[in-house]
Amino acid sequence: MTDALIRLENQRRLYTGLGLVIAIAILVSGYQSAESLNSGGFVQGLSKFFDYPSQIVREAIAKGPEFWPLFPRFFPALIETLNIALVATLIGGLLAMILSLAATRNLDVPDRLIPVIRRIMDIMRAFPELIIALFLIFVLGASPVPAAIAVAFHTAGALGKLFSEINENIDVKQIEGLKATGASWIQRVRYGVIPQVLPNYTSYFLLRLEINVRASAILGFVGAGGIGSELARSIGWGDGAITSALFLMLFATIVIIDQLSSALRRRLTVATGGHSA
Amino acid sequence: MNAQHVAQSEQVKALVTRQKWGPIGLLIAVLIYLLYAWDAFNMTEVLGKARMEKGVLLLSDAIAHKVHVVQDLRRDQFSVSVEGERTATYDESRPMPAWVQGGSTDFQVSLSDGYRVVVKDRQVRYQVPGYGDVLIEIDAKALSLTLPPGQTALPDGFRFGPTKFDARPQFNQRLQVSRSKIEVHRYFFGWENFWFPFRSAFHGLSVSELWTLTQSSERVDPTTSNVALMIDHFWNNPDWQHGIIAVAIFETVLMAVLGTMTAAIIALPLAFIAARNFNPEATSRFLIRRVFDFVRGIDTLIWSLIFIRAFGLGPLTGIMAIAVTDAGSFGKLFSEAMENVDNKQIQGIEATGANRVQKYRYGVLPQLMPVFLSQFLYWMESNMRSATVIGALGAGGIGLVLVETMRTQRDWENVFYIIVLTILMVVIMDSLSGRLRQRLITGGKPR
Repeated sequence: MTDALIRLENQRRLYTGLGLVIAIAILVSGYQSAESLNSGGFVQGLSKFFDYPSQIVREAIAKGPEFWPLFPRFFPALIETLNIALVATLIGGLLAMILSLAATRNLDVPDRLIPVIRRIMDIMRAFPELIIALFLIFVLGASPVPAAIAVAFHTAGALGKLFSEINENIDVKQIEGLKATGASWIQRVRYGVIPQVLPNYTSYFLLRLEINVRASAILGFVGAGGIGSELARSIGWGDGAITSALFLMLFATIVIIDQLSSALRRRLTVATGGHSA
Repeated sequence: MNAQHVAQSEQVKALVTRQKWGPIGLLIAVLIYLLYAWDAFNMTEVLGKARMEKGVLLLSDAIAHKVHVVQDLRRDQFSVSVEGERTATYDESRPMPAWVQGGSTDFQVSLSDGYRVVVKDRQVRYQVPGYGDVLIEIDAKALSLTLPPGQTALPDGFRFGPTKFDARPQFNQRLQVSRSKIEVHRYFFGWENFWFPFRSAFHGLSVSELWTLTQSSERVDPTTSNVALMIDHFWNNPDWQHGIIAVAIFETVLMAVLGTMTAAIIALPLAFIAARNFNPEATSRFLIRRVFDFVRGIDTLIWSLIFIRAFGLGPLTGIMAIAVTDAGSFGKLFSEAMENVDNKQIQGIEATGANRVQKYRYGVLPQLMPVFLSQFLYWMESNMRSATVIGALGAGGIGLVLVETMRTQRDWENVFYIIVLTILMVVIMDSLSGRLRQRLITGGKPR
C-alpha cells in the first residue's frame, strides 16, 4: 500500500517535472524563433513601447477643447459596434438554443442525430470569425452585416456547446412528469426544460456578449463598420487625437459592459442558488 | 377554503402566469430589437446590393484554375499561360495545349461544348452553338459588333459596349475583347501547379515517376540530390508559396501558444496578491484587481495596435498583445479559483508541521493545478482564433497572408487554400487541447 502510494507520487512528480521541462523548452525556443521572425527585436520594441501612446496623447492634448466634441461625433459608430455584438449574440444564442435542444438526450431526439448536431456545432465553433467576415465583406460589401453574421455563426457553435452541457445536467423528473400528463414535445420543452436552464443560459449569454463586443470592434478594423472602421481610418490618416478619443471610448464601453454583465450574472447565480437551496 | 388559501392560490397563479409569459415577453422584446437592427443596418439595401455571383465566383474559382490565351494588340504579343502568370507561360520548352492552334495574329481556341473563338487580323469570331457566330471587329477607335443573321439580341451572359466585349456564357469559359487586348480564359477543374511550379522538371509527373526519380542516381540538377531538389521546388513554389504559408502558420501558432503561456506566468504570482485568503491587505488587493480590469478593458485590438507600432511586423507583436490582455483575464480567474480553495487540506498539511513552502506545494497547488491548466488550454484554443485576427490587423502570420491574398482578388484558389489550412490549424489545436483537458479531468489514468 505505502509502496504503491510512493510509486504513484514519484510518477506524478516525474510527470510534473517533464511538463515543466517541456514548458520551459517551448518558451525559450519559441521566443528565440519569434525574435528571429520579428522585424524588430524584443528589447528594442520594449524601449519604443510608450512612443505611440504618448504621441497620440500629446496630439489629443494639443487639440485643446476641440477634443471633447470628438466623443459625440463617433458615438453612432460605437452604437453600431454594440448593435453588431448584440444582434450577433441574440441570433447566435437563438440558434444555439435550437441546436443544443436538438443535441440533448431525454428529449426524444433520434439517437443518430445527436452526434451529427454536435459535430456541426464543433465546426461552427472552429470557424474563425475573420474568415467568414472577409468572405461576406467581399460578397455583401463593407457594412456591419458581414460582421454580425460572422460573429453570430461562431457564437451559435460556442454557445451551443455550453448550452448542451447545461441541458445534460437538468432534472429529468420534471420532463417525465409532464410526459405523464400527456404534454406535447413543445410543452415539455417549454415547461420542463426552459425554466430549468434559462438562468444558466442567460449567464453564458452575457459572458458571450462581452466577448462579442470585443470581436465586433476588431472585425470593424478589417472593414465591417463601427468603431473599428473609424479606428482603422484615423490610424491610416495618422490623426492621433481621434485615435485616442476612439481608444478611450472603446475602453470605457468594454469596462462598462464587463461590469454590467458581471453584476447581472452575480444576481442570477444568487437568485438560482437561493431557489435551489 | 379560507382566506389564506385563496391568497396562496392567487400567488401561485401569478407565479405561473409570470413563468408562462415571461419568456414569451422576452422573445417579443428580442424580435422588436432585431427589427430595429434590420433598419439600423439598412438590411434591405445591403441585400439589394449583395452580389451573390461574386461569392459563387469565389467558390467556383477556388476549386478550378484557368488558362489564359491573350493577344496584346498594342505590343503585338501572343501568349498562352496558366493564370496569366509570366512564370507559367507556354513556350518552346513547353508546347502549347492542343486546344489552342495558330499564334500571333491568327489563332483558334476550342472551348467546351462546341464553343470556339477564331481570331484573324483584329476580327474575333465567337462561335456559339445553337445561336450562331458573333463577330467583333476592332479598330483604333471602337469595337463593332455583328450579330448572326436572324438574331436581334445577345444571349445571356454577353455584354457589349464601344470599348469592351465581355462574354461568360458558361462557368468554364470567358472571352473579353477590348481595343488593346483579346483575352480567352478556359477553366479546368483542380488546382494547377500545386505540387511543383510550371518550370520545374518535376511538373506534371506522376507519383510513381517521382518515386523512381528519388531512387535514381541520375541527378536532374547535378549540384543537388533529386529529393532535396524536389523539396526545394515544392517549398518555394511561387504560385502557392507553401514555404511562406507554413512559416505564417507557425508564426500564428507561436503567437497563441507563447502569448497564453506568458500571460499565465505573469498572472500566477499577481493572482496570489489579488486573492483575499492569501493577501489580507485590502489596498494592494484592490489595486491589483483594478490593474487586471484595466488591461482586460484595453482589449487585444488596442494592445495589438500599440504593439505593432513598437515591435513591428512579426510574432512578437501578437505574443505581447495576447499576453497582456490575457494576463488580466487569467489574473481574475486564477484569483477567483484561489479564493475557492478548500482550507481543510491546507490545515491538514499544516498539522503535520509543514513549513510555508511545503504548505503551498502540497496543500494549495494540487487543488489549483487542474483549474489553471484547464483554463490555460481553453484560452489557448480561443487564442488560436484571436491570433489570426491580430495577424490581419498587421502583426503578421496567417491572418495577414490571408488578408493580402484576398486584397489582390485574383487567385481565389490560394485564398481557399489558406482558409482550409487556417481552419485545419484551429481544429487540430482544438482537438489537441480538448484531449489534454479530458486527461486532466479524468486524472490521466485509464478508467
